[in-house]
Amino acid sequence: MSFDLELRIWRGDADGGDLKDYVVEAEEGQVVLDAVHRAQATQANDLAVRWNCKAGKCGSCSAEINGRPRLMCMTRLSVLPVGAPVTITPLRTFPVIRDLVTDVSFNYEKARHVPAFTPTADQPVAPFTMFQPDVERSQEFRKCIECWLCQNTCHVMRDHEENKPHFAGPRFFIRYAELDMHPNDACDRKSFLQESEGLGYCNITKCCTEVCPEQIHITDNAIIPMKERVVDTKYDPLVRFFSRRRTARA
Amino acid sequence: MAATESFEHHSYDVIVIGAGGAGLRAAVAAHDAGARTALVCRSLLGKAHTVMAEGGIAAALGNLWPEDNWEVHFRDTMRGGKLLNHWRMAELHAKEAPARVYELEQWGALFDRTPSGKISQRDFGGHRYARLAHVGDRTGLEMIRALQQRAVSAGIDVFMELTITDLLKDGDRIAGAFGYWRESGRFVVFEAPAVVLATGGIGKSWKVTSNSWECTGDGHALALRAGATLLNMEFVQFHPTGMVWPLSVRGLLVTESVRGDGGVLRNSEGQRFMFDYIPDFFKAETADNVEEADRWYDDKSNRRPPELLPRDEVARAINSEIKAGRGTPHGGVFLDIASRRTPEFIKRRLPSMYHQFKELADVDITKEAMEIGPTCHYVMGGVEVDPDSQASVVPGLFAAGEVAGGMHGANRLGGNSLSDLIVFGKRAGEFAAEYAKTAQAALPKVAEVTLSRSAEEALAPFRAGEAAENPYSVHQDLQETMQDLVGIIRVEDELKEALEKVAALQARATRIAVEGNRQYNPGWHLALDLRNMLLVSQAVTAAALERQESRGGHTRDDYPNADPYWGTQNVVVALKAPRVGTAGTELSVRRQPLPKLPPELAKLLEDVH
Repeated sequence: MSFDLELRIWRGDADGGDLKDYVVEAEEGQVVLDAVHRAQATQANDLAVRWNCKAGKCGSCSAEINGRPRLMCMTRLSVLPVGAPVTITPLRTFPVIRDLVTDVSFNYEKARHVPAFTPTADQPVAPFTMFQPDVERSQEFRKCIECWLCQNTCHVMRDHEENKPHFAGPRFFIRYAELDMHPNDACDRKSFLQESEGLGYCNITKCCTEVCPEQIHITDNAIIPMKERVVDTKYDPLVRFFSRRRTARA
Repeated sequence: MAATESFEHHSYDVIVIGAGGAGLRAAVAAHDAGARTALVCRSLLGKAHTVMAEGGIAAALGNLWPEDNWEVHFRDTMRGGKLLNHWRMAELHAKEAPARVYELEQWGALFDRTPSGKISQRDFGGHRYARLAHVGDRTGLEMIRALQQRAVSAGIDVFMELTITDLLKDGDRIAGAFGYWRESGRFVVFEAPAVVLATGGIGKSWKVTSNSWECTGDGHALALRAGATLLNMEFVQFHPTGMVWPLSVRGLLVTESVRGDGGVLRNSEGQRFMFDYIPDFFKAETADNVEEADRWYDDKSNRRPPELLPRDEVARAINSEIKAGRGTPHGGVFLDIASRRTPEFIKRRLPSMYHQFKELADVDITKEAMEIGPTCHYVMGGVEVDPDSQASVVPGLFAAGEVAGGMHGANRLGGNSLSDLIVFGKRAGEFAAEYAKTAQAALPKVAEVTLSRSAEEALAPFRAGEAAENPYSVHQDLQETMQDLVGIIRVEDELKEALEKVAALQARATRIAVEGNRQYNPGWHLALDLRNMLLVSQAVTAAALERQESRGGHTRDDYPNADPYWGTQNVVVALKAPRVGTAGTELSVRRQPLPKLPPELAKLLEDVH
């Protein structure tokens, strides 16, 4: 059963732009990305939009739908208000390139800062012996599809452009947590994370967790434990003593 | 605008085109071998089609079944490919896959574990033992992240959202590549003696497909235009289980792990129909009754369930059931794991499938059966390469992963593609680096005249002429043509009709006109991708017409059986007058005898258990 759907899509580039209205034919069971593709194929061939898998696995088609950061491929039309136009705008935290495509190079820059996985001296060469309960914590964070919705939502960057140089953002906090919780990693990235990558800026409002399409518990399972671990290493003389001993033994 | 435009120039030893599993692994290998390496990809890093791979990486680690080893993996791969595989590639693949998997672990990948703390392995179609290293049903994501993070920490130069439109040559040799930034539309010239193609598949030319927009056969077409040969392009894998409803997600992959973990196929009458479709070739190793099939999951001395036959067999069976009127309301069959495993088991082993059906189809797979049907998934055919070095017939041009041919024969086993990527990605990168070293003595030069021609041709869609065509309409018509006439079941008349239709579409494609400017313009991008899709579709159809038999991913209604003669022949397609830029489209098609299988490997195939 097809019906007419009203779309309001932001069109423009770095110099500015505004919402343009389109009416497209839509079908039952479709997602927002289908409607955008329909507009592109029939009315606006040059409408710029990123997408790849259309299955919620690659994290390319992030946008703000009726003001809420979401994946266009995983937002069914049926979850949006009936009869009202669907407004689609680009991610606000990153500079617009064109239409719904933004410059997300910030994230690839931050990825370069992460000190790589470093196997322990006990098990320097794979195959490693690691047990399921021990890998599971890190596995949760490795579900991340790098859609950048959490980065887009985090108000530390969204409202404060000036924080970007010294703030890695929630996606990378879970990356640091993943490595810290890896059962066979030897590298301590905690002071770097605190001092250079801005873990301390996060005041745990959990906005990132709310928009995560993979339902990763970013705040509870990664950021809060990392904050605790940072505090432990920094201020707890006992932990410091033992961690020094561990390093010395290794 | 091209005439006055100065192109951005880069110079490297090795250019890798494509940043999925094969491209990333090739770039890391070339870099480690000391080559100045550039990795060029059309999307953002980490978004390549590898990310969608679900089930696992096949490697005979022997973690669950110590009886498993490379010889059994080799045998399974060859039999799954209906013995048309290049034996040397299948041998290297089976031998080297375990080391490549452990390498991923060394770089930070976290696979699911066995109770004793080793990498866990799961059952899949055509593999005698549980062999697939996996992370739930998101193994591709784990692989691409591990490789991506390795490439980034190695400091390899990555050119994201840059599309290569032409390979550049100096005489017979590769001299580099030409392309454009998607963001700005500005042209870029890469000068390099060695190029590795790792561009993946061709599935976007079919209507029902599991492939993303990037699977436009760019590497296949670039290779043809550079004078390379394509092998066995008629073999296209239709994965048995794609979603069929809602239409929005038609074709979206449902992992084979559902069957590996106990799921079964039923028709509208509730019957487990796969028992009726066991071919003679697999009779000795396939259970012919429900009781034995169900015992197999825990006791491998039983024969395997027919649901786990190779994909070509299962896809054809589903197709027959639907045609016989025993399909589901939306034109598929039922895939049922709900009645066979607990909700906890399903959610733990198949989290993405649970999520995908819940979100996109309102189906809870722990409570009800899924509706599924065949979907275009993978091309076994590809650039003809040397099995050890992955070098094509064009000096300096290498290919690895789905774009390369030979490894999988007539049909690929599930799990063998991820292992293919890392085994042959590494080899391609290393040999490309070595080739680049020897080329330093007399580096190839890029001719300026070729560059301006490449630019002119790329900009053609902006010069609207008479009877302008919309790129999206041409694409849609191509998908209908390939779906209807070059699908799972083929026949001579329809293949001939398809060739005519593709030729007509090629004519229409020359009149494509696009709106807007060069900045991030998807209409323009599609217009350029279409040149490749059309050429590759033509190659597939021509090869399908040539092979007069049914084998693996090529079924001819007019030649329904496998033919011993064709079991000794490859079909090789090339351009008659290869030319960089928009080439003529006249193809040559010839038969070429298979390389001879050494007796010690032939012996391994005799054991049919």
